[in-house]
Amino acid sequence: MGIQRGHQAHPVEWLAEKGIFLISLTAILMVFLIFAFVTREAVPLLLGQMNSAARQAVIPAADMDKTPPEQLRAYLGLTSDQFAAMDHDTKQLLMEAKVDAGKEASDDKDAAVNTTGWRYLFEPYQWTGYDRPAYIWQPVSTIKKYNLVPLIVGSIKATLVALLFAVPLSLGAAIYVSQLARPRVKEVIKPTIELLSGIPSVVVGFFALIVMATVLQRLLGYESRLNAFVAGIALGFAIIPVVFSIAEDSLTSVPRSYTQAALALGASRWQAAWQVVLPAAIPGVFAAVVLGFGRAMGETMIVLLASGNASILSWNLLDSARTITATIAAEMGEVVEGGAHYRILFLIGAMLFVVTFFSNMLAALVMDRLKKRLEGKT
Amino acid sequence: MSAPATIDFRSKVFRYGSFFFTGLTGAATYLILAILAVILVNVVLHGWPGLSWRFVSTIPKKDIFDPATTGILPMIVGTSIRVILMTNFVVPVGVITAVYLTEYAPNTSWLTQIIRAAVNNLAGVPSVVFGLFGLGFFINFVGKNLDWVLHNGQKAWGQPSLIWASLTLAVMTLPVVIVATEEALKAVPPGLREASLALGATKLETILKIVLPQALPGILTGGILAVSRAAGEVAPILFTGVAYYMSSLPTHLTDQFMDLGYHVFVLSTQSPNIDRTQPILYATVLVLLILTFALNIVAILIRSNMRRKMRSLH
Repeated sequence: MGIQRGHQAHPVEWLAEKGIFLISLTAILMVFLIFAFVTREAVPLLLGQMNSAARQAVIPAADMDKTPPEQLRAYLGLTSDQFAAMDHDTKQLLMEAKVDAGKEASDDKDAAVNTTGWRYLFEPYQWTGYDRPAYIWQPVSTIKKYNLVPLIVGSIKATLVALLFAVPLSLGAAIYVSQLARPRVKEVIKPTIELLSGIPSVVVGFFALIVMATVLQRLLGYESRLNAFVAGIALGFAIIPVVFSIAEDSLTSVPRSYTQAALALGASRWQAAWQVVLPAAIPGVFAAVVLGFGRAMGETMIVLLASGNASILSWNLLDSARTITATIAAEMGEVVEGGAHYRILFLIGAMLFVVTFFSNMLAALVMDRLKKRLEGKT
Repeated sequence: MSAPATIDFRSKVFRYGSFFFTGLTGAATYLILAILAVILVNVVLHGWPGLSWRFVSTIPKKDIFDPATTGILPMIVGTSIRVILMTNFVVPVGVITAVYLTEYAPNTSWLTQIIRAAVNNLAGVPSVVFGLFGLGFFINFVGKNLDWVLHNGQKAWGQPSLIWASLTLAVMTLPVVIVATEEALKAVPPGLREASLALGATKLETILKIVLPQALPGILTGGILAVSRAAGEVAPILFTGVAYYMSSLPTHLTDQFMDLGYHVFVLSTQSPNIDRTQPILYATVLVLLILTFALNIVAILIRSNMRRKMRSLH
């Protein structure tokens, strides 16, 4: 062939193309890195290498030089960097401190329990002083209790309230804007509703804490001012733009011919919207709800400010609640790096990532199939 | 209700029903708008009196809760710097990814699908997980290893700082830039590309000299939206660089910084006397809102202007 093609004809062009391609892989790389590095910090926990028992087997300080370095490092609870950077005397001091702590550890039967075991994370356990098995999250105490159930229930409660509040409103608005409103009204309303997503979540949380909590309490007269209900409504504000724009998008993507046919048969605009367009777009509405669910589960500052943050297990919406996200945000600053508490926070972070990952995938898949189907029919 | 075949669409019940339900959906719409309005009006009314030149230009000495002497200069500076740094990372990567997706990528290839899925997923990752990622990857992995290489293990990069917070935010806002840029690139009429190619320009030349300049307003929109989103985010910077209090402005990439959004959180929850600090809290919220909201409105105006132009071109 006499014509030069590809990198021979335009080497710079060829290089640039490859560069562009490589950079475009960043998004994939990032999703992978997020999963890998959030999980990485939780790995020792998953492998059962953490021991959070208050009372642990003590190695006498005199035996320090006999102990293999790796075992010593694990015993002192240090990362390899810290261990390498520490001189002999400091280690000796740490050993002695450990021995003292061992003497002081309480005689409580729970002191010997490694509270990071799976059954303590998810199943109820009867701790000393409790009259029946309970789900307890109490990471800062002599016996560290890491039961995740209260946090999961807290997240679900707030999310449910948010969905119950936001979905009907957003769906109503989506139907109105896409089907019933005049075009000029639509052009103003749509971006304005989307402006709601421009309010930072810390501001929505602040508004819920300072204004809404007081107003709602005065109206409804419940006991604790900050609770899952207040947080859920505020969360609803945050997910309205998400649910609205996906629902509106899928309703708009239903071909005009559907509506025109219904109108020609004598239906009113409302009937056409409700009985023809909405059923055609229902997978999109489902996708909107799933996406809203993912957002609400992952929202942090609103629940941190407005939910009251008491980690008690209760399905009552009017009790103070603590969510997974708020727990991470509130406690990460105070944990020892590499400790059990630190790793548990990463573990629930990874759980959160997985949940939102799958809800995102599901929503995207449903939207994709809907669009293809509707376009195929046009 | 009886079987569909017996419904008379013209019956009075249906006429009134239609009217009623149209009203109901309209009410839902206006309720959402009302919520937006109430939040904005509340913040503006309570925040405006507390806003003064002294307030926005003062570096607070020790007591950040004293309304008479405190200020928010370091927070404004901190938020601005981290957002500007972030823009430098996210815009090039985001624009190049969008160029690949619209100009080069074969639409049906599985790799393209995976890139799109990744962008989509990145947009839905909870902000606090980005914070954990910043801590686990940028600080504990990249930073600590940098310290071993450059400083022989002394802490310089392996701790929360401006650079790590900005990078974390850049990862978070990547989808915003990609999606906006893609939209802008798609809006460039194919005829322009064809004309350029027909005149002998290469594909790269066409993209650099014809397509990108045409799409500039859209790319700008993406950048602005990313900035506005990042400026208000608090959760991703909680563990990656924000400081509760600093007596001076940050001067180096490895410095920590104060932040407007985080300051709102601090004033809301840590204040010893909430009634006394309320005015400065509202004023801080107002400044944050002006920053994020003004940017958002600018982005929306550019975008709607662009859409109108696009419609006239096609």
